[in-house]
Amino acid sequence: MPLLELRDVQARYGQIRALHGVTLLVEEGEIVALLGANGAGKTTTLRAVSGMVRRSGEILFDGRPIGRRAPDAIVRHGIAHVPEGRGLFAELSVWENLRMGAYVRGERRTLSAEAPRIFSYFPWIERRRNQQAGTLSGGEQQMLALARALVGRPRLLMLDEPSLGLAPTVVRELFRIVSELNAKDGLTVLVVEQNASIALEAAMRAYVLEVGKVAISGESDELRRHEGVRKSYLGY
Amino acid sequence: MRWVPVGLKAAVLAAAVALIVLIPQWAGEFRLGQFTYVGIYFVALLGLNILTGYNGQISLGHGAFMGIGAYAAAILILGRDGLSLAGTDPPGWLPEHGMRPIFVIPLAGLITGLIGYLFGLPALRLAGVSLALATFAVAVSLPLIAKHYETVTGGGGGVSLPLPTTPFGWDISTPHWLYYEAWTTAGILFVVAWLLVRGRVGRAWRAIRDGEVAAVSSGVSPAAYKTLAFAVSSAFAGVAGALFVIQVSYINPDTFPIGLSILLLASAVVGGLGSLSGVIFGALLLEFLPIYAQNPPVLDFSFSKQAPSVVFGVVLILIVLAAPGGVASLLRRGGRPVRLALARRGSGPSRLAKEE
Amino acid sequence: MLAFAWAEFFQQITSGLATGSIYASLALALVLIYRTTHVVNFAQGEMATFTTYIAWTLMNHGLTYWLAFVLTLLIAFAGGVGVERALIRPVEHRPEIVIVILTIGLLIVINGLTGWIWGADVKAVDSPFPNRSVDIAGVFISIQDIGTFCVCLVSVLVLWAFFRFTTLGLAMRSVAVNADASRLMGVRVGWMLALGWGLAAALGAIAGLMAAPTAFLDPNMMLVILVYAFAAAVLGGIDSPVGAIVGGLILGVAVNLLGRYVGGVGEELKLPTALAILLIVLLVRPAGLFGRVIVRRV
Repeated sequence: MPLLELRDVQARYGQIRALHGVTLLVEEGEIVALLGANGAGKTTTLRAVSGMVRRSGEILFDGRPIGRRAPDAIVRHGIAHVPEGRGLFAELSVWENLRMGAYVRGERRTLSAEAPRIFSYFPWIERRRNQQAGTLSGGEQQMLALARALVGRPRLLMLDEPSLGLAPTVVRELFRIVSELNAKDGLTVLVVEQNASIALEAAMRAYVLEVGKVAISGESDELRRHEGVRKSYLGY
Repeated sequence: MRWVPVGLKAAVLAAAVALIVLIPQWAGEFRLGQFTYVGIYFVALLGLNILTGYNGQISLGHGAFMGIGAYAAAILILGRDGLSLAGTDPPGWLPEHGMRPIFVIPLAGLITGLIGYLFGLPALRLAGVSLALATFAVAVSLPLIAKHYETVTGGGGGVSLPLPTTPFGWDISTPHWLYYEAWTTAGILFVVAWLLVRGRVGRAWRAIRDGEVAAVSSGVSPAAYKTLAFAVSSAFAGVAGALFVIQVSYINPDTFPIGLSILLLASAVVGGLGSLSGVIFGALLLEFLPIYAQNPPVLDFSFSKQAPSVVFGVVLILIVLAAPGGVASLLRRGGRPVRLALARRGSGPSRLAKEE
Repeated sequence: MLAFAWAEFFQQITSGLATGSIYASLALALVLIYRTTHVVNFAQGEMATFTTYIAWTLMNHGLTYWLAFVLTLLIAFAGGVGVERALIRPVEHRPEIVIVILTIGLLIVINGLTGWIWGADVKAVDSPFPNRSVDIAGVFISIQDIGTFCVCLVSVLVLWAFFRFTTLGLAMRSVAVNADASRLMGVRVGWMLALGWGLAAALGAIAGLMAAPTAFLDPNMMLVILVYAFAAAVLGGIDSPVGAIVGGLILGVAVNLLGRYVGGVGEELKLPTALAILLIVLLVRPAGLFGRVIVRRV
């Protein structure tokens, strides 16, 4: 049974329909990429899963339907969503952001228990715990957003355009960490990316969205050789 | 944008005008006085609707501008000699003799409009809620200021005006005269408001209300139009204040308390912001709700003096929750079946007119 | 001669701090709601008056002052939560002007209800503090003023500790900073907003209870205080809790000193003068002393 499954999911912003029937699945332990041009509906798909947009259709997490549930309940199921733009609490400190990451587990001890693991992946966080999150560099902010998502020990991590606005070295480091988390801790990842090449390097499978529907899907290797994908998203 | 057949609108307007003209034939003196107040509130609410409904600037100080107009009118009607008779010690720069009330009304409006313009200038720096707070603060301050500057305003005791009389020796009873004075003024100002609102000025106002940034990119200069809205609405309030003080023949600092400003805004909302036709409902509400909420006609019962406030507030809350466009929007929704029926009967809608 | 004048000066300052702390409490309530719900609650003063009347009723039924105080705070809290859930939640997503008008409607209703239930005549509320003065280095400071200041100070500190050290407080702060992101952290934003309204109502109740002994309890008691509280909040920066407190204290002291030392400012002109000062400050610093300027590029 796939960890996450979407069946014919539609979503709209007010009167505007953004998703016209998205069907996809993510097996436990996979890294799956969601590709597509601007406005194709990639971000909306993630928001549909985490309950942040009006949606219809079936969404199943671990076999349980979550398509009607509120965001706070969905997060409690073990889905962590790092939104576009990081969604950090800019005026709060690094440490307070992490504390909020622990909120979903509802235990005060959570952060102190998880801290060693977080510091092992992001050593700089320990030194800068009292710094205001908004004053971090772009790369540090993205790392903090990722760290915050991990505090709650999610089963599924959803990343929305993590490479946006970051230098290539930082992007590579980020995806290295994600791959390591996937390999060592079995973290399942669904990542939305405009940077198709780096996404296909990290992911095993990918879906390509066009105008609110899945247009192409398959293994990363296949897609890298796929004519249409190469021309539109890989540039060669 | 709603499209309503011109015929229907004209018919309703004609019926309303006929009703207004004919009421004095049927109404006793007390009732007539009440309807005079409706006319006065109508003028005030026209102004408030322009400022808050069409231009989106929330004002909780409209009652204060009525007060300014009322005091201006009282001072002009009394003149220095009238004020000294009343026991105050008026300063030398006031005119020596009083003026006829009928000339004072437009003058009071102009003075208040000027003050409103001057207020509108710094108000440009305030948006939304800050403006509401600022006007709220002004409204609370005004009675205090009036109390303080006794030489001009007569202080806490207020000033009495000579009882009104029909001017120029015309053969109309005074209550009738006051009624027609109020409603003729209301009619004239309604036409002025209508012309402003449907023209370029009104479009600019609405553009600013709906999105100032977008309005600027369409070439509208918000500063000029926003201060104009303040000036126009205060002028209307000033006229209403003048009519009021002529009607009552007395004014003191507590005549125009903060409660009035609050109720004016509430009435404007319940009548329907951004809709000139809603203004009449607001005016009727403001005059009659307090009376009927306290002594409901059918029940043989008298509620406490506070009941009107509670009912007013509940009505306002219900309108905000269920029908933000006010009574006017409810009628529009309710009137759809009528309009559809009319459209079907004729050879289709003959000439459609844009509503408001 | 000089020593005498100084004593009076300090007396004016201390009593100004006491009234200022009342303004600060109500201003803090306004800022609390503004930061979480992004709404200015025009009914805050009336809610405070209503809860003060409840306290009066409890005390009239034999409860000791502090027992009535605590009970009133709990009732106020519940009332604030109730109002948010019942009235504000349905219009959460509507434009600002709509919600403002809703709170104005609430102001009208509560003002009327207060008069309806308890009548318009003035009620006396006993102060929990003895009606004496203490002589500190030649300056006579009323115990009432000290008590008022301390009660307000303690409540502000308790609130500060709540926000700084508890998880719930952190969750509320996160909602104020970024509501959507906090949803993704599992925060039930709706209930956080309700909590904010509850806390604000409790703060307002404290302000009302501290004001009642001197201001005398009638249905309109808090209207003028509300204006001062607005002024304090705007002076400090409508989104700054520290600003609300500092603004309230400054306003309290300034108004007292103005009334006493500046000729021409009689009792009546205290409020308009305070507002004029506020206006001048705003022209220089539009976001208030501690507020953040939001730049609208046009």
